[in-house]
Amino acid sequence: MFESFDFDVIRRSLAYLFFDGMTFTLTLTGLAALGGLIFGTLIALMRLSGLPLLGRIAGLYVDLMRSLPLVLVIFWFYFLVPYIGQWLTGSSRPVRVGAFASSLVTFVLFEAAYFAEIMRAGIQSISKGQPAAAQALGLTYSQTMRYIVLPQAFRNMVPVLLTQTIVLFQDTSLVYVLSIPDFLGAASKVAQRDGRLVEMYLFAAAVYFIISCVASFGVRQLQSRIAVMR
Amino acid sequence: MNYHWNWSIFFEPAPNGTGSYLDMLLSGLVLTIETALCAWIIALVFGSVVGVLRTLPSRTASWVGFAYVEFFRNMPLLVQLFIWFFVLPELLPRSWGLWLKQMPHAPFYTAAIGIGLFMSARVAEQTRAGINSLPRGQKLAATALGLTTAQTYAYVLLPMAFRIIMPPLTSEFLSTIKNTSVAITIGLIELTGEARAMQEFSFQVFEAFTAATVLYLLVNIVVVTAMRVLERAIAVPGYITGK
Repeated sequence: MFESFDFDVIRRSLAYLFFDGMTFTLTLTGLAALGGLIFGTLIALMRLSGLPLLGRIAGLYVDLMRSLPLVLVIFWFYFLVPYIGQWLTGSSRPVRVGAFASSLVTFVLFEAAYFAEIMRAGIQSISKGQPAAAQALGLTYSQTMRYIVLPQAFRNMVPVLLTQTIVLFQDTSLVYVLSIPDFLGAASKVAQRDGRLVEMYLFAAAVYFIISCVASFGVRQLQSRIAVMR
Repeated sequence: MNYHWNWSIFFEPAPNGTGSYLDMLLSGLVLTIETALCAWIIALVFGSVVGVLRTLPSRTASWVGFAYVEFFRNMPLLVQLFIWFFVLPELLPRSWGLWLKQMPHAPFYTAAIGIGLFMSARVAEQTRAGINSLPRGQKLAATALGLTTAQTYAYVLLPMAFRIIMPPLTSEFLSTIKNTSVAITIGLIELTGEARAMQEFSFQVFEAFTAATVLYLLVNIVVVTAMRVLERAIAVPGYITGK
């Protein structure tokens, strides 16, 4: 079964896999998580603002994004981002957008819907007395949110946010459909060039498995530590 | 925006000879639903068994359940599909591998099994949560009545647990439908795949993707509405979701 295995193909391509592929994957994951958290928090605040129009728009956005498959959303933005760029810059033809920028926009906007639901749950878990006390002290809405509600909501939701980031890390592999060399894309390129599908895909699976396992173990540790502190 | 909209494109004949572009998208929708249903059956069967394993008193059983869930949860679905589709036939004995490679509709079977097993890990977690959420007295009372462990699960714990976890199972089913689009990478031309093909044939990018988006939203609305009715019918009286 394993007698025709060529482990050397993995060793030869390690530099390409990790310096090009994994760097792309991790940068995309990190920036998308950060952007998704910022936009997600804004969407959550819109939903909870009590303003009917703002709340409706935010709700529709979240529902729309969450009922579409990520692959379809990736295709949507791949073709849409050049037109958005044209509209923003006012140029006469669609703007050429690189693979990284296009996938970053996609993942930030897609993940924002999921992060928004997490932050909404976090904000709703804060007892009513907190914002009421802040208001009694004379803090404005933005001060209440910035100094009282959001820090606590964020802290309560850190384990869930990190778990969602692990899911995001796995989901970035879907940029494969645009032939972008992320970690899986790089592995697949080597696999097809050298005719070594078995070795490369098993290696890629093992790398994803180890990283996700270690990360979710870390999240579990963090969760139990936070639980003790409360 | 200098994009030429052409909404009547859906009624023009598609170059693959199966009818209009609309027919093409609808056949993709049918394939999406078929794949999702097959995957969901696999996910429910395996997920329930593994979920039960994790709640059994035996340490070996719960360890096996834990390993199963971690194995399927910590690899991207795309990688898992590649392993089933490209790697498995090479690792099997020659004749089996050849049979797998020559099998008709291989992408469909691979997608149904691959997505089914991927989702089964999530279903297992929900089943476990459902069983663990039951008051301890239920299991104790069943034991006191003289039921065996198998009977306790079959007649007392599982019927209650499944009624409680109905809402999260609905969203797992919706995820299964969405995840079928990943199978585009192993050559399954489901709804997203047909939209992509239509875009390549006709160059009407945004019409094709808008149609796919609307169809996905319709499927979502149908599933959510149907499940709301079912949830209300089987909700346990006295629980928050019950009457």
